[in-house]
Amino acid sequence: MTRPRTLYEKIWDAHVVEQRPDGTCLIFIDRHLVHEVTSPQAFAGLRANGRTVRRPDLTLAVPDHNLPTTARKDAAGNRLPIVDMESAAQLAALETNAPEFGIRYIDATAAEQGIVHVVGPEQGFSLPGTTIVCGDSHTACHGGIGALAFGIGTSEVEHVLATQTLLLQPTKTMEVRVEGAVGPGVTAKDIILHITGTIGAAGGTGHVIEYTGSAIRALSVEGRLTVSNMAIEGGARAGLIAPDATTFAYLKGRPYAPKGADWDAAVAYWTSLATDPGATYDKTVIIDAADIAPSVTWGTSPEDVVPITGLVPAPGSFADPSKQAAAAKSLAYMGLEPGTRMQDVAIENIFIGSCTNSRIEDLRAAAAVLKGRHKADTVKWAIVVPGSGLVKAQAEAEGLDRIFTDAGLEWREPGCSACLGMNPDKVPAGERCASTSNRNFVGRQGPGSRTHLVSPAMAAAAAVTGRLTDVRELID
Amino acid sequence: MTPIEKVEGRAIPFGLKNVDTDVIIPAKWLKTISREGLGKGAFETLRADPDNLFDQPEYRQAPILIAGDNFGCGSSREHAAWALGDLGIRVVIAPSYSDIFSGNAVKNGILPVVLPQAAIDRLMEVATTDPIHVDLDTQTVTTPFQDRFTFEIDPFRKMCLLNGLDEISLTEKSEAAIAAHEKKIASDQPWLIPATL
Repeated sequence: MTRPRTLYEKIWDAHVVEQRPDGTCLIFIDRHLVHEVTSPQAFAGLRANGRTVRRPDLTLAVPDHNLPTTARKDAAGNRLPIVDMESAAQLAALETNAPEFGIRYIDATAAEQGIVHVVGPEQGFSLPGTTIVCGDSHTACHGGIGALAFGIGTSEVEHVLATQTLLLQPTKTMEVRVEGAVGPGVTAKDIILHITGTIGAAGGTGHVIEYTGSAIRALSVEGRLTVSNMAIEGGARAGLIAPDATTFAYLKGRPYAPKGADWDAAVAYWTSLATDPGATYDKTVIIDAADIAPSVTWGTSPEDVVPITGLVPAPGSFADPSKQAAAAKSLAYMGLEPGTRMQDVAIENIFIGSCTNSRIEDLRAAAAVLKGRHKADTVKWAIVVPGSGLVKAQAEAEGLDRIFTDAGLEWREPGCSACLGMNPDKVPAGERCASTSNRNFVGRQGPGSRTHLVSPAMAAAAAVTGRLTDVRELID
Repeated sequence: MTPIEKVEGRAIPFGLKNVDTDVIIPAKWLKTISREGLGKGAFETLRADPDNLFDQPEYRQAPILIAGDNFGCGSSREHAAWALGDLGIRVVIAPSYSDIFSGNAVKNGILPVVLPQAAIDRLMEVATTDPIHVDLDTQTVTTPFQDRFTFEIDPFRKMCLLNGLDEISLTEKSEAAIAAHEKKIASDQPWLIPATL
């Protein structure tokens, strides 16, 4: 009888090309996603050493980080130039490198273009049980469909391009089990914010986190991608959720997904991947779904989470002296006083988008709150950025774009947008943003910007009232 | 990659916890298509303060950086390692690192030393006045005051750092094993190869 194994162990074992005496393994990479920011130096390295891309068929490139989210073509259908010269050069480099090395490329103006972590699952290019890498830490996202997916640096991008493998040490496993049903107004984003607040920003370091339990199984694939996306905010390089009927229904018929008899063989294999009864994790954290409220961050680390009904904490309330110092610094940066009700914090900017929360379900949740309402006059800038051209088209077919624009929000073209301050979408210094993105780091949304991480429904609620708001007050 | 064995010099007593890669190198510096010259963007936000540690005369060109728990968390940007290298940093000493950052550091000839918080506290104290000595071969950190701390490092990483090895050339020696794995997928799980659209 074979030893019971976790989902992580099964995927790992199936990808070991070679094991070294010290335990390091050469791991085969099934899918490599490439974007414009972390790849130019890797392609330059290949060129300098006369190397080629070993498996262009397993590689997919799409621009996302630098692209402005304003119109990409003029009225006559001609492509509009990118004004920022550095961004333009980086985007042009990908556009040249992809055909030169023969890799699949989705153009900035294609209907399928979008954020790489939205595009992968949407195209069926990301599949359960595969190893997926990308030069971006939010690659953890694809764990939502049961892929072992993680972010890599540019040297590793070059290594994968050249060899389709990575040298890795097996990591420890951590189970985060969320049992029970969440209450009204509580979404996948609130679940992962709550988890991050519970385990801390370094809680998963050195581990792969498998999310289990009835509250996770009840999530749609979109919700699972949101949860796994932020595994990295808890320090884990990868997250995993066992693929099941929900996953298969999502993937069936997607452009790159297996078809016909191949599909049946794939589903049989994917079904066998779930963690065996009796398999053990190095660490387990159990969370009661009933304890999760609509959540919001107050500081500059994603672990700085409180329920929307909570207060800005006092630095002295933390046991760890270094956390006390960090909290004091965070509060000074955020311009917040301890004891302030989170619901009294005024918000000038709203960002609904990012690889965490820009899928159709996210837009539906925001639209449900905004329907028949208008943003507060004190909200100066509010944008909705769909995760891909296909999400955009779907939302428009459902009339969601009209709900957003009628509510006074801007409806944009797909891209990473205000998540990371690399394109024109930035939050002005000293101003706050209720943001559905994944990081509230100092300066993340632009120098001096103050980020409060929330779910799409909560961002919509903040748009309506002009302050952080308990979305449960606006829904039936 | 420049080999690394012994590093001696001033250490910047930085010490902050959860330092993310947006702090090490803000996003606007990520628009480059080169690996060079990122030192000027390193810790840009902190260095806007004229009293910042990094620009004090005694720490300029310091080869060692002492940091807190979870150093390099957040984004996978290797620009963080490139920026530190361009700033002259060869060794970082901290209680823990993000997994992605420590891998990026090693691939750029930067040694991430892991020591417990008590050792960090002592080194922070020494760093304000005196140099610190790091020896990768013996896996030790020493000070002029007879302090001696030993650290663990993955043997493969140690070998790469000591010899300045390029990992791709090493992996290319496993060509036969990689080809065998590819062959196995093609016959056992042909559906894993995406169709040409």
